[in-house]
Amino acid sequence: MSRHIKITAAVAAAALLATACSQGSATRGTTAEAGGKVTLRYFTFSAAPDHVKDLDTIEKAFEKENPNVDVVVETAPFDQYFTKLQTSIAGGTAPDTFELNYENFVTYASAGSLLDLATVAGDNDTSVYAQESLNAFKRDGKQYALPASFSTVVLFYNKDLFDKAGVPVPTADWTWADEQAAAEKLTDKKKGVYGDFQPVQFFEFYKTLKQAGGEFLSADGKKSAFNSPQGVKAATWLVSKVGKTMPTEAEVGGTADYDTNLFKSGKLAMWHNGIWQFAGLKDVPFEWDVVVEPGDAAKASAVFHNAVAASSTTKHGKEAWAWARFLSASGTAATTRIRSSWELPPVSDQQVLSGYLKDPKPANRQAVFDSLQAIALPPVIKRQQEMQDAVTKELSEAAAGRKSVEEALKAAATEVDALLG
Amino acid sequence: MSVRQAIPQAPPKAPVTHARPRRRGGWRYAGTVALFLLPSLVPLTLYTLIPMVGSFWTSLHEWDLITEMRWVGLGNYIELVGDPDTRAAFLHTLYFIAGYLPLVYLGGLGLAVLLNRAMPARGLLRGVYFLPVITSWVVVALMWKWLLNPASGIVNWALGLVGVSGPGWWTDPDWAMPSIILASAWKDLGFVMIILLAGLQAIPREYQEAAMVDGATAWRRFRHITLPLLSPSTFFVVVISLINGFQVFDQVQIMTGGGPGGATQVVVSQIYDLTFRYGRAGAASALSWLLFALVLLVTIVQIRGQKRWVTYG
Repeated sequence: MSRHIKITAAVAAAALLATACSQGSATRGTTAEAGGKVTLRYFTFSAAPDHVKDLDTIEKAFEKENPNVDVVVETAPFDQYFTKLQTSIAGGTAPDTFELNYENFVTYASAGSLLDLATVAGDNDTSVYAQESLNAFKRDGKQYALPASFSTVVLFYNKDLFDKAGVPVPTADWTWADEQAAAEKLTDKKKGVYGDFQPVQFFEFYKTLKQAGGEFLSADGKKSAFNSPQGVKAATWLVSKVGKTMPTEAEVGGTADYDTNLFKSGKLAMWHNGIWQFAGLKDVPFEWDVVVEPGDAAKASAVFHNAVAASSTTKHGKEAWAWARFLSASGTAATTRIRSSWELPPVSDQQVLSGYLKDPKPANRQAVFDSLQAIALPPVIKRQQEMQDAVTKELSEAAAGRKSVEEALKAAATEVDALLG
Repeated sequence: MSVRQAIPQAPPKAPVTHARPRRRGGWRYAGTVALFLLPSLVPLTLYTLIPMVGSFWTSLHEWDLITEMRWVGLGNYIELVGDPDTRAAFLHTLYFIAGYLPLVYLGGLGLAVLLNRAMPARGLLRGVYFLPVITSWVVVALMWKWLLNPASGIVNWALGLVGVSGPGWWTDPDWAMPSIILASAWKDLGFVMIILLAGLQAIPREYQEAAMVDGATAWRRFRHITLPLLSPSTFFVVVISLINGFQVFDQVQIMTGGGPGGATQVVVSQIYDLTFRYGRAGAASALSWLLFALVLLVTIVQIRGQKRWVTYG
């Protein structure tokens, strides 16, 4: 009899072990309540590495106003962020609140993984928000996320390199042709200096396409429309820089933040990038400034929106809403973002926004607001990532000279149409 | 050396008691076996069997990891069989194996034969060649990525010194797979070497000596004594390397990410992309099962075929 008991005990121990393991991972998702305090998890990509302290400032202020809530911040770099978010949702350990960008918002909202914030909202005063930002995160009339910040892409330039080469610095009137002529004069491959850097990928393409006067999708959104003369023009513009005024893929060699480092080391004259780079460029040993991106047939600047959403599975909806609200609309959040040049708060109060212009660097901060006058929003479809990958892949083929621009666009259009169909 | 001395003494027989017969098939015996198996059975069940059942279930659904699963039956399998990307991924995997397997086997065999001879610092050298095997793939892949950097890598720099303009290695679709094969073979050489070295040392010297007395040349002794007697080790190495070859992923992900232009997109990187980039966990699970079926088939064929060429001394 005793041997049976032993076996039973061993099996029971194993079973216990198994349940202990699965519980161990589950308890990480639910919030532990100690002394009536609510732990609220927040997952973000935009804070690290330059703005962790700024987020900390906002968090401390929030916890002072809401002493029963303890916000726990988790960060991941953008290129790993959505993989981690998706896996944690699938694994039942979704963070209570998390950041979403506009391109991915649609996917998450239509998947039912976001909490309708109206059901937990403390008050419905939406006048603090810039209305177009607020509406961007509405779906089927429901507010699934609150806009937290927005940013635009501008043309950064190294003033010292321009002065040394005797080339007049970029102005708001510049077109592609001006940019190209300057880039050619500024490129000095012997010294490792490049005139221009604009990544050949989906996000630059949809924007330059709009600058060329084209559209990415047909009006009804059911077919691709970029395989057009304007599309060819835009793609040619991007591809023609590679190896001439811009390093090739082989020269970049897969190095992370290659362009950031190139610009910071004073070896890049013009750089197409977002205003989130301002803080990181504070201490570079040369003069730099920004200007609205040159256009072609039209001006068009890329605008990126980030928002805070709450998981539909959170047990702390009210607290989640309060945190989302604080992060997006509070005075602390807005002034912290502005003071540290951490993107822009989507608030309606122009007084707050004008504070952004007080910072002396870069001198032409007005360009950030000017760029908002003609914007290009990224096309969003259900199979977003596959579309982005397909377009980037075909453009890279053209950039490496393995396909003509026409062939690449035709192939990309076929793939995107298949994704839409 | 006297032959008598080499024969070990038989251990004294245990006294047979009729009171407690021990049958190998008895319940007590089974219980003991079960107890010993339990420690490995628990993690095997938790981390292999349950996930396998789960992945099969998932493969019958459309699932983006965030919405509810939607039943599609064999839809994913049917779609994958007709999908050109899937076909390309299998072709790239076979291309990898076709380059990797001969390279790693012949290289490992050469090293094993060399390091089986008496030579100075032999132990150290064996350790050095084995070092890459226990090094993380992340380190090895990054190192090869830098060595083979088309613009600033040391390999192309060295080629430049002798007047050869080096290829675009992992940025050129024609050279990307050879780059990965090279790095993979380099890393796994030590593993093949160790297994074959053990196999070589198990071959009794008497056979070689007898052949030498009969006047066989070094090549004939290698071909007709060493190789056949090494075949069990060879069989093991080939089976393991083939399975590893089908599962190639880490080095691809780090060195090329499946590029350029999809030239190194292998089956497992396709599985990864489907799940984590495109939110298609169902299709990814189905592809995993297709890969499993292929590996199983190939391994069964190998085990059936071993009778023809594997000699057990």
